[in-house]
Amino acid sequence: MLNDKLKYLEEFKPQAGDAWFIVPIDKIAEACKTLRDEYKFDCLSCLTGTDRGEFLEVVYHIFSYQTKETVVLKVKLDKTALAVPTISGIWPSANWMEREAYDLLGISFTDHPDLRRIMLPDDWVGFPLRKDYKEPEEYRGMSTKLC
Amino acid sequence: MIRTEEMTISMGPQHPATHGVLRFIVKTDGEVLHEVKSDIGYLHRSMEKIAEKVGYIGFQPYTDRLDYVCAMTCNHAYALAVEKLAGITVPERAEYLRIIAAELNRISSHLIMVGVTAMDIGAFTPFIHAIRERETVNDLFEMLCGARLTYNYVRIGGVSFDAPAGFKEKCVEFLDHLEPIIDEFNRLISFNKIFVKRLAGVGVISREDAIGYNLVGPNLRGSGVKWDLRRDMPYSAYPRLEFNVLVGTGEAGKVGDCFDRYMIRIREMIESCKIIRQALSLMPSGDTMAKIPRRIKPPAGEVYMRCESARGDIGFYIVSDGTERPYRLKMRTGSFTAMSIVEKIAPGLMVADLVAFVSSMDVVAPEVDR
Repeated sequence: MLNDKLKYLEEFKPQAGDAWFIVPIDKIAEACKTLRDEYKFDCLSCLTGTDRGEFLEVVYHIFSYQTKETVVLKVKLDKTALAVPTISGIWPSANWMEREAYDLLGISFTDHPDLRRIMLPDDWVGFPLRKDYKEPEEYRGMSTKLC
Repeated sequence: MIRTEEMTISMGPQHPATHGVLRFIVKTDGEVLHEVKSDIGYLHRSMEKIAEKVGYIGFQPYTDRLDYVCAMTCNHAYALAVEKLAGITVPERAEYLRIIAAELNRISSHLIMVGVTAMDIGAFTPFIHAIRERETVNDLFEMLCGARLTYNYVRIGGVSFDAPAGFKEKCVEFLDHLEPIIDEFNRLISFNKIFVKRLAGVGVISREDAIGYNLVGPNLRGSGVKWDLRRDMPYSAYPRLEFNVLVGTGEAGKVGDCFDRYMIRIREMIESCKIIRQALSLMPSGDTMAKIPRRIKPPAGEVYMRCESARGDIGFYIVSDGTERPYRLKMRTGSFTAMSIVEKIAPGLMVADLVAFVSSMDVVAPEVDR
């Protein structure tokens, strides 16, 4: 149904669980706006990212209180260019969730109003939810080892 | 000469009226707030990374630490997500035991909220009354699973123990005791004139903001959105149970004010009592645990499962690569989004109203930071 209007959406169905749509990077804001304005998807339920090894993906779970439907959008990001347009102007809840994805995965959201670390201290090195993350030996003179 | 410039105050992280370790950096003009920035992350334990290391079964006890005030529903939400991904069917008796545990925990969590709200704005006695009732819930949980705070009771495939002999009677006895106590509590504090004045018309959240900022559960219903996952996207045995979904009506001020959010919780306790009574009478006999393999290996795929906790809709997003460890696990919690709206609503409030506003949102710090 969504493919009729948003022709660039590409559907994927895994063996188990939910299906999703892949969206080109430059179309994500437009797709979200269309979903909100024309398909009654009024709520961004979850925004997160996954490190897939060669690339990262940003996952959007968009929900409608009116039709009780959820749609899953994904954007694939090359590890050399980790930037995707922000959607915090479309759903305000995206503001903090994008900050979290930036903090823990290092995904940069262009035109985000306040892109800072949210969970970790500002001077923390690295992005913990990356698969190749190495825990620092110490932080400000404190050892991170247990014993 | 009197200086009239703005003053910046750091409220927290160890402030008696913030729930757990939270910090606000507030700019004030006298008593009026001009700008509020929330600073979170003090309790960040990177549980999502831990999940990638300990595997599906090993992560179950960690979900208790996600929201220790309502640990049963966190257990439940996680178990539901893994079961959906791995295609596990839960025995009927376990479904009812889960609901009884979840609703008892909802009552104890709401008791904390109503007690703490009163304490935060200056009335200490109601807190003691609420804690006294919560103690009985803890006793009931101790009967069920031996633990009083972090239960690890709801497991993937069912529940860890069957209800012992005498549990049903004790439970009914508690419900018979609690329902009149809630009336007493209302006489003590809920309709006290000073208390109502501190909450009514304060921190009003519009319906559009509540949905836009992804508020969930009682905070969303307080703004007049009639939405409850237990009724609207039912899971477990909820479709067979009858209860009302309550919304804020602005009875003392405006729809979506602190008083609406407070009253929703008071009234939800009565609804939970109704649910528990029905579940106790409908509960069949039989197994409490499905036959599951020692190592759970869901097929490759992903799932996003939501469940109604005391703090509202809690979502688990799990990506599986077919091994016994989740490839990625994300927890989307109600307290996190509730904290994000503070910056929008707080300007214009008084400093003391910020305290009332934050406690009316029922934020639990470990759930914000994970």
